[in-house]
Amino acid sequence: MPQSNLSPELTTTGLTSLLDGQGRKPTRLLQILIEIQAAQHWISPENIDQLAAELNLPRARIEGVIGFYSFLHAEPAGQFRLLFSDNITDRMLGNQNLLEYLCNKLWLERGHVSEDGLVSVDTTSCTGLCDQGPAMLANGMAIPRLTRERLDEIAELVLQKVPVTQWPAELFVIENNIQRREILLANSMQPGDALRAAIAQVCVPGSAVEAAANQRSWREGIPSVALCAPVSTLEEIKRSNLRGRGGAGFTTGLKWEACRNAPGGEDNRTRYVVCNADEGEPGTFKDRVLLTTQADLLFEGMTLCAFAINAKQGFLYLRGEYRYLLEPLNAVLQRRRDANLLGANILGQAGFDFDIEIHLGAGAYVCGEESALIESLEGKRGIPRNRPPYPVTHGYLDKPTTVNNVETFCAAALVGLHGGDWYRGIGTAKSAGTKILSVSGDCARPGIYEYPFGVTVRQVLIDCGAENTLAVQVSGPSGVCIGADEFDRRIAFEDLATAGAFMVFDESRDMFEVARNFAHFFAHESCGFCTPCRVGTAMLKATMDKIAIGHGTQYDLAEIDQLNRILLQSAHCGLGHTACNPTLDTLKRFRPTYERRLKSLDFEPAFDLDGALATARRMTGRDDAGAHLSMEAES
Amino acid sequence: MSETFQLDGEDIPFAPGQTVLQAALSAGHYIPHLCYHPEFKPHGSCKVCTVKIGGGNNTRTAASCTLPAQAGLEIESDTEEMNALRRTLVQMLFAEGNHFCPSCEKSGNCELQALGSDLGVMTAGFRHFYPDRPVDASHPDILLDFNRCILCELCVRASCEVDEKCVFSLSGRGITKHLVVNATSGKLADTDIALTDKAMQVCPVGVILKKRVGFAVPIGQRRYDQRPISAQALDDAPRPPSASGPNGSGVCQACEE
Repeated sequence: MPQSNLSPELTTTGLTSLLDGQGRKPTRLLQILIEIQAAQHWISPENIDQLAAELNLPRARIEGVIGFYSFLHAEPAGQFRLLFSDNITDRMLGNQNLLEYLCNKLWLERGHVSEDGLVSVDTTSCTGLCDQGPAMLANGMAIPRLTRERLDEIAELVLQKVPVTQWPAELFVIENNIQRREILLANSMQPGDALRAAIAQVCVPGSAVEAAANQRSWREGIPSVALCAPVSTLEEIKRSNLRGRGGAGFTTGLKWEACRNAPGGEDNRTRYVVCNADEGEPGTFKDRVLLTTQADLLFEGMTLCAFAINAKQGFLYLRGEYRYLLEPLNAVLQRRRDANLLGANILGQAGFDFDIEIHLGAGAYVCGEESALIESLEGKRGIPRNRPPYPVTHGYLDKPTTVNNVETFCAAALVGLHGGDWYRGIGTAKSAGTKILSVSGDCARPGIYEYPFGVTVRQVLIDCGAENTLAVQVSGPSGVCIGADEFDRRIAFEDLATAGAFMVFDESRDMFEVARNFAHFFAHESCGFCTPCRVGTAMLKATMDKIAIGHGTQYDLAEIDQLNRILLQSAHCGLGHTACNPTLDTLKRFRPTYERRLKSLDFEPAFDLDGALATARRMTGRDDAGAHLSMEAES
Repeated sequence: MSETFQLDGEDIPFAPGQTVLQAALSAGHYIPHLCYHPEFKPHGSCKVCTVKIGGGNNTRTAASCTLPAQAGLEIESDTEEMNALRRTLVQMLFAEGNHFCPSCEKSGNCELQALGSDLGVMTAGFRHFYPDRPVDASHPDILLDFNRCILCELCVRASCEVDEKCVFSLSGRGITKHLVVNATSGKLADTDIALTDKAMQVCPVGVILKKRVGFAVPIGQRRYDQRPISAQALDDAPRPPSASGPNGSGVCQACEE
């Protein structure tokens, strides 16, 4: 097949220089593969052979990394790869009809590359544009608000073979939709404010901080006067009661302190600060808006963390779906380097050296799990590690590593400037500060809402203009689904803990289909490491599909219960533990939507005998009653 | 060695760095397991060795092969609840692959089969996936039958850590996860695997088979025909002080006897 100029084959020397650009480090393998994929639209066997030789890695391991990430392809996947976001909110906005429309337009079957190798159309997990869906990724670049008109335009560009980089900018405009601001989104901090405040801290003679600095001085071999500021920072973060915003809610100050306490190599500075911007939980998009509007605050928080824990290197792990944010974020980093807010001797403070590198993900939800994220940062398959040991002592390259969510670092920067007491005064007793919610689904004003912790679900529903609400999925598929009788519950760690997703479903929605969409999501995103999750999520998906086509029975509902027990007891990580949540929650609260689909029988085999005869019917050209088992039985 | 934890009410001594499963096996107590092998670092993927920790209302479960032994731990293993969990996990593995014991060369020497038998697995319990997994018969001396793979990664680990060849690796994700071999062609014939490799000896099921030795030992006289896997596993466990010879560690020894 002639190669068009759209996908120039990477020459051997081209790949060599790409490798040089990445420093030939095996830890950068995933970044290298992402670059090859972007340049050539697939990764050829020759590329893999060359990588294996030049990086001194087994080629099968490189294949394994490619096979793990959804956005990497070891087979040609078309010069244009168009992936429709397939979250339930995209479905509610009609993405399935649009996908079919585009396939017809391009004379394509979904999931298959066109005969001429030009284009393929498929679905992908939630791309974080739920407030402006339906959305798609065109060769990795996000396009929101799809309509038939926009798809006509896209199809034309594809058929004209216009590279995605030259498509009209208007297609890629993404709104922030900030609907409600509190301390974080309304902050007026200038770059460096929190760092200057942190560095300026001194020990009050006789204070607890001075005692802590003295104690640490003995342990770390650093003069206690030099420790006053970092120790004060640690103490303020602890005092703030800030808890992680990624969902688990671990106390940030304790995490930072444990990381500082862990031995950091020969120079005692080999620690890592990692920001988890792998916002993959369906229905969550607040980190996208923070990365767009608060990048300085985020990097300030990461730098503050480095100051507090004594670290030299930071990473931002950016999910592949947010690839379009890479250049703007790198520009912010450069601006901060130019202003001496990153680099050597930050703000003139001798020995305060820190810099941040951005790593891209490539379509793997499980990499949001912190130890899987670290594996991915090291250029490997994103498999969650066995714990203990925990990342705070054995993280990136086995060195102490603090991993926090985007929102956590932003909040930490605010604490750095305004102090812990100020922060803990906001929110509830157990949940200090504010929470940013990503509101989508059936409401008049989807978007970003920041509230002090303790806000009721009902209040959020009023503010976003939701009417006739049937259910809310809080914190995404791995969170909890609540019905109308629970709308007075509060967003807080002590009640409804959330990573930020808030999907609204009105009375026209079928909660069974919501749960089925989530079951498909978990099966697609299971890393496959442990038996219960690898097999169990696939079984749950199959059972939900069986119920959907009208073959489900009471036996299948019992099997769901059994799968849930197995996953809770034995899955390797949170993905498996929570995979049955949406099904169980909806079964508990909306059981009739399941039951009206069930057969009255106790048991019905999954194997469809009549369906198995379809090929024989087609071959013999028969479709009469005698060619169908069920009709035969009835007649 | 003086510190102990409790396993099903009995005191189990442990050495620093041992996991619960390792200490239990050393002390002569069997916890069912599949992806664990005494000569390799515990991996924790099959989850068959899951145990319950703690008493009263405050309990949790964890894979015992990767759970660090700690003084004072209270572990429940041989309970109906944990054995039911293990039974289901083994059933899941049977449902995931294509396992036809009567025609399998590994029957009687197969750890999955033996464990199923020990745990009272009578059927797969779930619908079968019937995956399409072509065999690789390219190599003159070795057959790869992926239909039976349970993804324990023992061959991956043995080939990298002991043979230093990395002939095997894993690709894919979730239910599509699968074994791949280290060759551009994807065929075993184009790798540097040798019959003497450790990777040839560690497969707990019938994926990696030596050609032309089929059924050399009759069914009925094979490893797990003679003694249940619970007894065999204790024989294989490294014991203090004589510790760990290679004796009895490889399943393949049995098939060549």
